[in-house]
Amino acid sequence: MTAPVFGAVLARDLRLAARRRVDALLPLAFFAVAVSLFPLGVGPEPNTLRQIAPGVLWVCALLAAMLSVTQLYANDQVDGSLEQMMLAGGAGTTSALPVAIAKALSHWLLTGLPLVLIAPLFGVMFDLSGRSIAALCASLALGTPILSLLGNLGAALTLGVRNGGVLLILLIVPLCIPALIFGSGAVSAVESGASARGHFSLLGALFIATGLLAPLATAAALRIATE
Amino acid sequence: MTDTTAVILAAHALACRRGERILFHGLNLDVRPGQIVWVRGANGQGKTSLLRLLAGLARPAAGRIETLAGRERVYIGHANALKDDLTVAESLMFLSRLHGFDTAADVHDGALRRFGLHSRRDAPVRTLSQGQRRRVALARLCAAPPTALWLLDEPFDALDAQGMTALNELLAEHAARGGSVLLTSHVPLTLTVPAPITLQLHEASAA
Amino acid sequence: MLATTSSTRFFTFASPPRFYALAGRLIPWFWAAAAVLAVAGLWIGFFEAPTDATQGDAYRIIFIHVPAAWMSMLLYMVMAFWAAIGWAFNARLAAMVARAIAPTGAMFTFAALWSGALWGKPTWGTWWVWDARLTSELILLFLYLGYMALVNAIDDTRRADQAGALLAVIGSVNVPIIYFSVKWWNTLHQGATISATAAPKMVATMLTAMLLMTLACWAYAFAVVFTRTRAVIAERERDAKWLNEGVA
Repeated sequence: MTAPVFGAVLARDLRLAARRRVDALLPLAFFAVAVSLFPLGVGPEPNTLRQIAPGVLWVCALLAAMLSVTQLYANDQVDGSLEQMMLAGGAGTTSALPVAIAKALSHWLLTGLPLVLIAPLFGVMFDLSGRSIAALCASLALGTPILSLLGNLGAALTLGVRNGGVLLILLIVPLCIPALIFGSGAVSAVESGASARGHFSLLGALFIATGLLAPLATAAALRIATE
Repeated sequence: MTDTTAVILAAHALACRRGERILFHGLNLDVRPGQIVWVRGANGQGKTSLLRLLAGLARPAAGRIETLAGRERVYIGHANALKDDLTVAESLMFLSRLHGFDTAADVHDGALRRFGLHSRRDAPVRTLSQGQRRRVALARLCAAPPTALWLLDEPFDALDAQGMTALNELLAEHAARGGSVLLTSHVPLTLTVPAPITLQLHEASAA
Repeated sequence: MLATTSSTRFFTFASPPRFYALAGRLIPWFWAAAAVLAVAGLWIGFFEAPTDATQGDAYRIIFIHVPAAWMSMLLYMVMAFWAAIGWAFNARLAAMVARAIAPTGAMFTFAALWSGALWGKPTWGTWWVWDARLTSELILLFLYLGYMALVNAIDDTRRADQAGALLAVIGSVNVPIIYFSVKWWNTLHQGATISATAAPKMVATMLTAMLLMTLACWAYAFAVVFTRTRAVIAERERDAKWLNEGVA
């Protein structure tokens, strides 16, 4: 009974985002603005910028992902949709897991994937080499799903809580640090001519582990929050 | 007249807690096919909490709930579970898909017609009044399995006379074909066939 | 065939009134033990242990820094453990103990960072160095603060305990991952491992002092956590008769 729930929630979320295109683009706008702040704050020297680029781009992607994640469940809880989704699956069994996976996927499709696609633009602005930009996109392609999954977990934990957005960032960002280290490290490695294979394997392992465990934890958090 | 066929939902010594307060304990209840149970009690006594427990959204602080396998439970809470940006038809479709209800177009059209909303089927929910939204929320009952147990929290809320009539007819039909209903309502029920059974929540326990 | 929804257990494992009384009697002993052990440990550490060849006397901060760091990590695991027990068995006391541990764990983390800075200044010339251990401690501090912020932000105590338990368990799973990734990060970016807090070669007296200080921290932690747990019990059970009738 889980496939219809997953499909229904995913389709609905994407449809809702399509109706509010501006809202869906806000995280990307934030990313662009935040990234642009660094040259302004640090100075336009190309060598410095090239060096800090992997970290800056990754950190801004992380923050952009976290900012848009609070809305995942908040509206649904207020209008009662979340209760209905928790009850789906027939005969009174709670179906938090497919809901959690669907929400994470919709968040990634709407925020993570666009970030991967626009990252090259900003890589160029920081004068990264072509190979580095490719590494950037690859690391974000592996990393943004991790961010969506962890952000999803944070949103479920802080559901309905005052100042949930800021609290979520405090809770989840420490957990995202390994992904940040391996992701930006991969780009730095490529930029300095070294191999990034180690970074990518670790990032890949993290992706798999998070993909398997985070939805389960999110489902538990949703049950706690709706009880 | 009590139907002597199988009990489809039974609760034994149920206790419900909200925060640190115990709302009620020692509640026993069973629901049989064809019954309409009206849960009554003062504000804050746990009517909504009871419905949520029976729906499976929360676990009771004590006691147990037994449900007959194969009997679906349909829960319509106080909130309508409608998104402002979806149309009436899309909302109905989403909720039906979610719960595995009938998604056939003619069933949905019939449901909307019953509640007088067919003309608004492509209107965004945002443009509807409170009463109209309540009707959309209730419309999915027509797509639900025919003998399900309906758990309705204040279904008559915001409905006008026409809406109430439509709902009463729906309830009567549902009971007649062997389904059952458990609902709360601060508005006195005007339904007479079948006569609703009252379940009064007290501080201590219940009927 | 009727399917049964099981209920949560209404009564708990350990009884708050019994714990309240027992803890009340034990707390003074823990304070005494902590004081004695701390005095002994600091005496040996500061006066008996030999001066280190490379770091001089500055290294002595190790007798505070290392026990504090150990305690900070250990207490996180203990907190996560009790929180999980409280969640799994609906045991009220376990959940209260977990909440009581958090501030003490955070304090030890802060003490480890502070003493790390005090060590770094004479040894490396800077108050802060982004080495693996200090950075991990900093992240651990964030994990503690996150836990405290979450349980504080949720008004419903039961939901707060459960959400906190989930977060603490997730955190404890992540601690080794975070530590590993920070070590990786550190070696990667600086070539040789920079450690502001590399311990000197340990002589027997140094080890004794370290052990005594660790035990002192343990005793202190027990004393403080028990006191705080009693306060939490008093607050949550304030309407219960046993409390008002004056149990020990």
